[in-house]
Amino acid sequence: MHSYLPFEKPVIELKEKITELKSFTEEKDIDLSTEITKLEERLEQLENDIYGNLQPWQRVQIARHSERPTTLDYIGELFTDFLEMHGDRLYGDDEAVVGGIARYKGIPVTVIGHQRGKDTKENLRRNFGMPHPEGYRKALRLMKQAEKFSRPVVTFIDTKGAFPGKAAEERGQSEAIARNLAEMAGLKVPVICLVIGEGGSGGALGLGVGNYIHMLENSTYSVISPEGASSILWKDGSFAQQASETMRITAPDLKELGVIDEMVPEVRGGAHKDLKQQAAYMDDVLERSLHTLRNQTAEQLVQQRWEKYKQIGQTTGESAVSSGD
Amino acid sequence: MSLKDFFNKKRKYATIPSDREQPAQMNSGVMTKCPQCRSIIYTKELKKHKMVCISCGHHLAMNAHDRIHFLLDEETFKEYDPEMSSSDPLDFPEYKEKLEKDRQKTGLNEAVVTGEGYVSDCPVVLAVMDKRFRMGSMGSGAGEKISRAIESALEKQRPFIMFSASGGARMQEGVLSLMQMAKTSAALKRMDEAGLLYISMMTDPTTGGVSASFASLGDYNFAEPKAMIGFAGRRVIEETIREELPEDFQTAEFLLQHGHLDRVIPRDQLKQELSTILDLHHCKETAEGGE
Repeated sequence: MHSYLPFEKPVIELKEKITELKSFTEEKDIDLSTEITKLEERLEQLENDIYGNLQPWQRVQIARHSERPTTLDYIGELFTDFLEMHGDRLYGDDEAVVGGIARYKGIPVTVIGHQRGKDTKENLRRNFGMPHPEGYRKALRLMKQAEKFSRPVVTFIDTKGAFPGKAAEERGQSEAIARNLAEMAGLKVPVICLVIGEGGSGGALGLGVGNYIHMLENSTYSVISPEGASSILWKDGSFAQQASETMRITAPDLKELGVIDEMVPEVRGGAHKDLKQQAAYMDDVLERSLHTLRNQTAEQLVQQRWEKYKQIGQTTGESAVSSGD
Repeated sequence: MSLKDFFNKKRKYATIPSDREQPAQMNSGVMTKCPQCRSIIYTKELKKHKMVCISCGHHLAMNAHDRIHFLLDEETFKEYDPEMSSSDPLDFPEYKEKLEKDRQKTGLNEAVVTGEGYVSDCPVVLAVMDKRFRMGSMGSGAGEKISRAIESALEKQRPFIMFSASGGARMQEGVLSLMQMAKTSAALKRMDEAGLLYISMMTDPTTGGVSASFASLGDYNFAEPKAMIGFAGRRVIEETIREELPEDFQTAEFLLQHGHLDRVIPRDQLKQELSTILDLHHCKETAEGGE
């Protein structure tokens, strides 16, 4: 049984009513099939209305859903022969980041992603998917290995952010993220990034510099959480809903701003409703992306990545040498 | 008691602006109060000492143009993109007004001044952030100016020197600000591949998205004494780990001790040390004449 979000209440209530009527039909031997059909039509309509017109704050709630599929869920669906590789060779193994080698439709690849836990116990072990520097350094080690063996890199982005802790600072959280940004920009193999849940600021970006950035329909990507933005803007953390609209953090917004390449559709109501179907949607994008990139030379890949990031941003008052908007 | 009253009373007549509340006026007042030892110093005298407190050695904030003036050889500075600024892509509440206010206050169009010039006859490209403008935060404008400066350094085969002073990515431009971290880092990677020298100088404060991108990527990472440098804010960390942090946490000295900086360089030694480094990198060979 799924747990439901507040805005889904009308759908749930109607579903319950239909179930009730159905059991009533069976038990009391009264034919209510016309009523049931009518209600089922209404349910269809209601689901289309609600899920087909999701507001930013509702998407935030779906992105944070406790049952939302994680990196390892998608790895299990999309790849074969996955072998997880541990450790950064410098300090430790950060379980908030998983990575390893696998096969994608016959091709060897390196896959890396933020990893949240499914329950409290696992979340403690994985630090709620918020990496320390060793997580980013493990990821970098695996990416450099991918480069050495000419394997494409696929990353999954799903974190509230890099962990804001004392040890993280002592071990160089800033440097670890910065290093990944620069090194990912220079990787001589294809890099495809998929934002699958929350893309929280620098902590997300630390695994997110690629040739293609795709984003699931109900995932978010932001410079600061809606709650954080709210407390800075309105000096009150309770305007998060408003902030989620102002900050433009959803996939449709970011597609419009030219930050992401493709918005990957989600199954109705969110990825957690049907993992297999969701993976199929992602498989389609991944296959096309890899197909395009595999024909490019190392130089072309690096150049394409640079051109991509170079044009992001909106400025005024440019001099004659400038290009872009 | 009466003696204390006498002093208290006298204090009311002082007209020294508090730099904490009005940082913009700090350099324009006749007198400046050191935020560290509370000494009151003639601003002119302070400027002559590169904004380093005469009595306690505290490094006060320095605006971008003063920094350029003190570092570069006289009249060698040529500014890049002085008009460039962020637009307001998200149509964010009050953002345009805030930008305009900071333009008026500082005479700058963005939180960073970029350009080229000479340091002891070595030709360099440099970018200097100014925290008076939106706390030195990086949005599209700052990110684009820094990337272009790096591109110029690459094109002209010159070393690049970056002075960071920033609270991080600029919230009002959302993910576009975040992406400037990737853009500037990608530009630096190109410079790195070309074998060119990049010197990163972190000044107070260098935090968040700036610390987690170009500021940490120098061939040499330096900082000014006592500069606050870190990824997450002190308060956020204390709230997360429910623990009080040591006094010197996230200071330049703390980072030096933990292996994240090459050197902490006092302001009065900076030009000399930079000149030495540039010299050791044969920078003068590309310049006309030399020394």
